[in-house]
Amino acid sequence: MASILLSLQGAVSQGVLWGIMVLGVYITYKILNISDLTVDGSFALGSCICATMIVNYEMNPFLALVVAMLAGVLAGAVTGILHTVFEIPAILAGILTQISLWSINLRIMGGKSNMPLLKVDTIFTGLVEKTGMKQSMISLIFGIVIAAIVISVLYWFFGTEIGSAIRATGNNEKMIRALGVDIKKTKMIGLMLANGLVGLSGALVCQNSKYGDINMGTGAIVIGLAAIVTGEVLMGKIVSFKAKLTSAVVGSVVYFMIRAIVLQLGMSANDMKLLSAVIVALALCVPVAMEKYRIKHSYNPEGGDE
Amino acid sequence: MLTVSNVYKTFNKGTINEKKALRGLNLHLKEGDFVTVIGGNGAGKSTLLNMIAGVYPIDGGKIILNGEDISRQPEHKRAKHLGRVFQDPMFGTAAGMQIDENLALAYRRGEKRGLGWGVTKEESEVYAEKLKILGLGLETRMTSKVGLLSGGQRQALTLLMATLKNPNLLLLDEHTAALDPKTAKTVLDITNKIVTENNLTTLMITHNMKDALRLGNRIIMMHEGRIIFDAEGEEKAKLTVADLLQKFEQASGGEFANDRMMLA
Ligand SMILES: Nc1ncnc2c1ncn2[C@@H]1O[C@H](COP(=O)(O)OP(=O)(O)OP(=O)(O)O)[C@@H](O)[C@H]1O
Ligand SMILES: [Mg+2]
Repeated sequence: MASILLSLQGAVSQGVLWGIMVLGVYITYKILNISDLTVDGSFALGSCICATMIVNYEMNPFLALVVAMLAGVLAGAVTGILHTVFEIPAILAGILTQISLWSINLRIMGGKSNMPLLKVDTIFTGLVEKTGMKQSMISLIFGIVIAAIVISVLYWFFGTEIGSAIRATGNNEKMIRALGVDIKKTKMIGLMLANGLVGLSGALVCQNSKYGDINMGTGAIVIGLAAIVTGEVLMGKIVSFKAKLTSAVVGSVVYFMIRAIVLQLGMSANDMKLLSAVIVALALCVPVAMEKYRIKHSYNPEGGDE
Repeated sequence: MLTVSNVYKTFNKGTINEKKALRGLNLHLKEGDFVTVIGGNGAGKSTLLNMIAGVYPIDGGKIILNGEDISRQPEHKRAKHLGRVFQDPMFGTAAGMQIDENLALAYRRGEKRGLGWGVTKEESEVYAEKLKILGLGLETRMTSKVGLLSGGQRQALTLLMATLKNPNLLLLDEHTAALDPKTAKTVLDITNKIVTENNLTTLMITHNMKDALRLGNRIIMMHEGRIIFDAEGEEKAKLTVADLLQKFEQASGGEFANDRMMLA
């Protein structure tokens, strides 16, 4: 029991840090209506850049977060250009960037697939020294602060003129073009912003778990979607945009808690990806299946009532 | 005002699906012209409007609007001159956004969008006033999602959006065709009111010949990518549906006018 509680505590802070990535996925998947598979690559990119900067270049760990975020923005821009300028379908454009990032990440880390952050300062070790709190507590608090800032900024941004145009792009491209918006630009901004957040999240997770790894992002998109659907189920029919963003992070926390519990119960970590995929698939299938069931069973050969 | 000269458009050039949609089309509109556009299916009416709006590039010819050559401008650049309403009520509005947000998007047509608020309080009041003109009670539902509105309500809203910032040219492509007769009439009446009150230069495609004759100061008939008949003022006022059907039969080589045109 005690071990479950302990692992849950870690899971919560992990969930919050990964929650920043989920917010990025939210932007592309829910707002822009694009399935952006860059995410797996840009998450690992954030983690690899961050590790390399801190270990090889002795960069300030806060600055390393910023650099990782900018690298994510760049990755989003590549997908964006492939998709908007060269009209490659968004899913394929994302896959191309993702695949190429695997090699790039390996190069960034000088050919090593994993880089430990031993004996170097991270934002978390620094704060642990200053406050004397446990790292899992520090990363939780720090993660919540960052998530709150990101949610506030997104809330503001999507209420601005540009932000509205991006939302409209996800809603109805034909309409927003007729209203004078260059949808190439709005999609680019959305993809760059989203992957910037994913890169930042990768860097935070890297510093929290004390290593950068080229495989860190594998399956990130599925985790993102699983967190979003979990959040939606939990929060029910909420309408406010701020609550929706918050639910994405909450969904991430719940996802990592479930994960910690099933691992404690003896499930192999290797099966976790299968479980994530099943969660997402179920969440997407259930509404469709329910509708089909409803239609089938509401049929009345005798006619109907009013 | 608008000069379309010698415009050509062929879809799927060089394939078995090749379709010559516009064949050297010429059209000149004067400021304030309210032109109804009729013609059979596939005559090229929608293509004409799409070419003016820049949905697809034209193959040849020129489109000059207010002295500016817009022939090769991308769609989003031309949008600053144009108000558009489409046949499908789903096309003109963003379903997942609120009524006021949709209006605010339209209010900024052709303007630079920055980091100012997407909808300000002052403009919401203006929108409420404008929505009252429609007489559909939408002014009390400003924060409702547009997806909750009926097709007719959405089409009326799209019309308001297209004319919120006076366009140099208003393009209406069978914008009442998907509505029931009563709603269609309401939307058409609103259209007529907005167009005449603001003296908007307008191209309106319709399959309803009575409407085509009743509204506007000029009528053009298209056939196989060209304008085959053009009448305005007095001449237009004297036209009857029978005249139009006869013109159409002449043009299509004695065939009967198609069902959709007969219905009118
Ligand atoms: N995007 C496109 N790709 C290929 N062919 C097209 C395209 N748009 C229009 N066409 C073809 O061009 C011709 C003219 O079509 P258009 O839509 O302009 O006709 P229309 O006069 O608006 O007819 P309707 O009354 O049916 O709306 C048609 O033969 C049509 O099939
Ligand atoms: Mg048409």
